[in-house]
Amino acid sequence: MPILELNDITRVYRSESIAVKAVDSVSMTISEKEFVALMGSSGSGKSTLMNILGCLDKLTSGTYLLMGEDVGKMNKNQLSGIRNRMIGFVFQNFHLLPRTTALENVELPLLYSREKLSWKEIRERAKESLKIVGLGDRINHTPNQLSGGQQQRVAIARALVTKPKILLADEPTGNLDSKTTLEIIDIFQKLNDDGLTILMVTHEPDVANFTGRQIVLSDGKIISDKKNKPVSAANELEKIRLRNDS
Amino acid sequence: MKITAIPLISIKALRRNAMRTILTALGIIIGVGAVITMVGLGQGAGEEVKAQVNRLGQNVVLIFPGSISLGGVSIGGGTINTLTIEDAIALRDEIPEVIAASPEVRSQRVIVYGNRNWFTRIYGQSADYLQIRQWPMESGEMFTEEDIEQASLVAVIGQTIVHELFEGADPIGETIRVRGFPLRIIGVLSEKGSSLMGSVQDDIVIVPYTTAFQRISGRSHAMVINVQVFNDESMDIAREKMTDLLRERHNLAPYQENDFTIQTQEEVAQAATETSRIMTVLLASIAGISLFVGGIGIMNVMLVSVTERTREIGLRLAVGARSGDVLLQFLIESVILCLIGGIGGILLGVVSTELIAIYAGWPALFSKDAMIIAVSVSASVGLFFGFYPAWKASRLDPITALRTE
Ligand SMILES: Nc1ncnc2c1ncn2[C@@H]1O[C@H](COP(=O)(O)OP(=O)(O)OP(=O)(O)O)[C@@H](O)[C@H]1O
Ligand SMILES: [Mg+2]
Repeated sequence: MPILELNDITRVYRSESIAVKAVDSVSMTISEKEFVALMGSSGSGKSTLMNILGCLDKLTSGTYLLMGEDVGKMNKNQLSGIRNRMIGFVFQNFHLLPRTTALENVELPLLYSREKLSWKEIRERAKESLKIVGLGDRINHTPNQLSGGQQQRVAIARALVTKPKILLADEPTGNLDSKTTLEIIDIFQKLNDDGLTILMVTHEPDVANFTGRQIVLSDGKIISDKKNKPVSAANELEKIRLRNDS
Repeated sequence: MKITAIPLISIKALRRNAMRTILTALGIIIGVGAVITMVGLGQGAGEEVKAQVNRLGQNVVLIFPGSISLGGVSIGGGTINTLTIEDAIALRDEIPEVIAASPEVRSQRVIVYGNRNWFTRIYGQSADYLQIRQWPMESGEMFTEEDIEQASLVAVIGQTIVHELFEGADPIGETIRVRGFPLRIIGVLSEKGSSLMGSVQDDIVIVPYTTAFQRISGRSHAMVINVQVFNDESMDIAREKMTDLLRERHNLAPYQENDFTIQTQEEVAQAATETSRIMTVLLASIAGISLFVGGIGIMNVMLVSVTERTREIGLRLAVGARSGDVLLQFLIESVILCLIGGIGGILLGVVSTELIAIYAGWPALFSKDAMIIAVSVSASVGLFFGFYPAWKASRLDPITALRTE
């Protein structure tokens, strides 16, 4: 069953005289429980497409159905409700609130939740989410006290805290070393095994190999879309551990 | 969203910029403090006026020369000469309800004792004036009817004169000189305190009105006639009779207006409190302007804050905040700013009212109303001036906001 359905969508940025087609007539369907890698060179429109999928950006033309509902027909408040309930978004540059602890950063989406949650539940769920990304012990650190990899984990924990249907991650491993990258991908694979649909932007073919489907963009158009037999990140991590032990 | 989270978010944001918060609130603190001080002093002044008018004495009626429209109080008076000494005597003798009447004449003169001078006010009054004013003597005696008849050169003096001219020594039996006339002091008045206009009521010399008219003031007509009526119930009838008597004595034809004005104590009180009320409103309005300026300061700071925190707003919107949530967050932030200002302003107002009261010798009056009004006004200022920045924040587009540097 398709969870996302794009029909001939286009996003044009206009500045003064020139118009840039950042996304150009893209049609695709993503089913539930898929783990998809979105690839392409810099400027090919990956972030723009992710923003559209995340209901953050508007379409210039075309239709976008999210679980069968037309996102283009929704008003601002409905869209923010969708963002809160259905979508977890990991930004290319984290966007953590400065001078705010990891825990409070993760709690943030729950403050705007339409469910009625007590302060205790909010705290518990935020802690749980931080534990999933392996940051259970750093909850009271502010972003400037955390490494890049740790900040990335906080950003992922924040995206997961509302228990979304879809996780959209824009280069979640962009600035990370290979081991940390593996750990993050391992988390994604486990979440995916538990039924979360994941769409992840990446530059690196190695990283894309851990996913089940690879879509390549160029100049805003899809130039390739193929299935892939995913490599297990857990196995790779195990190999590294064994290598280090011997 | 979670309602209890909004104030927490706002407080956190204000704490992060503690210095700026304090400086911004200072504008409101000063505004609210000024309003409370002005209203407090104004109302205290009003109370004082009322108290003073009451201290005029029981069932007192003042008759001024000339016709004064109701509501105006004659303070200077005396330029119109329609009231005579005989009028005063006739009022007392021919109207049973009138138990005392004193034709008053004031003049400002230098009095001399030994090698000391003092510039004071000399009042010509009748022998029963102190009874009208309910002003007890401290020592010695008041002059008598006989002194009036003979225009004796005797005087009763207030406490200020005792201090300034006699340096606290017993003045009874001593002689002071006014315009070359010797006045023998026969009595000292008890202390009365200062009046609102700042004049010290104890700075006074009272002489028989005959003495004053003939030797000191050079006038021939009374500036005011102080009348005491038997009791409260006879006030209206006494007033009617006094009007008739004076009209008859002044040979006024029916079509002519009164050439005098009768004011009861209540009317004087009313006029005086009305005046002080207008003063209060004026002062409070000026203070209100500073509150307004404080409000503009808040708007300015909130606008800067919204610009600085554009990315934060973008993120909040991206994770599911509705524009209403963002609006509320910034509104509450400016309301909290104003409430800090309101509470600080109350403290400042109380302290400065107290200080000014001590300094000027006025009674301080803290009205609960003024405080409630000040706090609710400052909260409204927060809402009013916080609305535009908050609205601007809520209009942001999440992606554009997140991209801002
Ligand atoms: N707000 C904007 N205004 C104008 N042009 C924009 C805007 N955002 C993106 N673009 C243009 O759209 C195109 C696609 O940008 P996008 O950010 O989607 O690329 P990307 O594939 O994510 O690149 P990268 O890998 O570097 O992140 C680029 O040519 C960019 O210049
Ligand atoms: Mg990008």
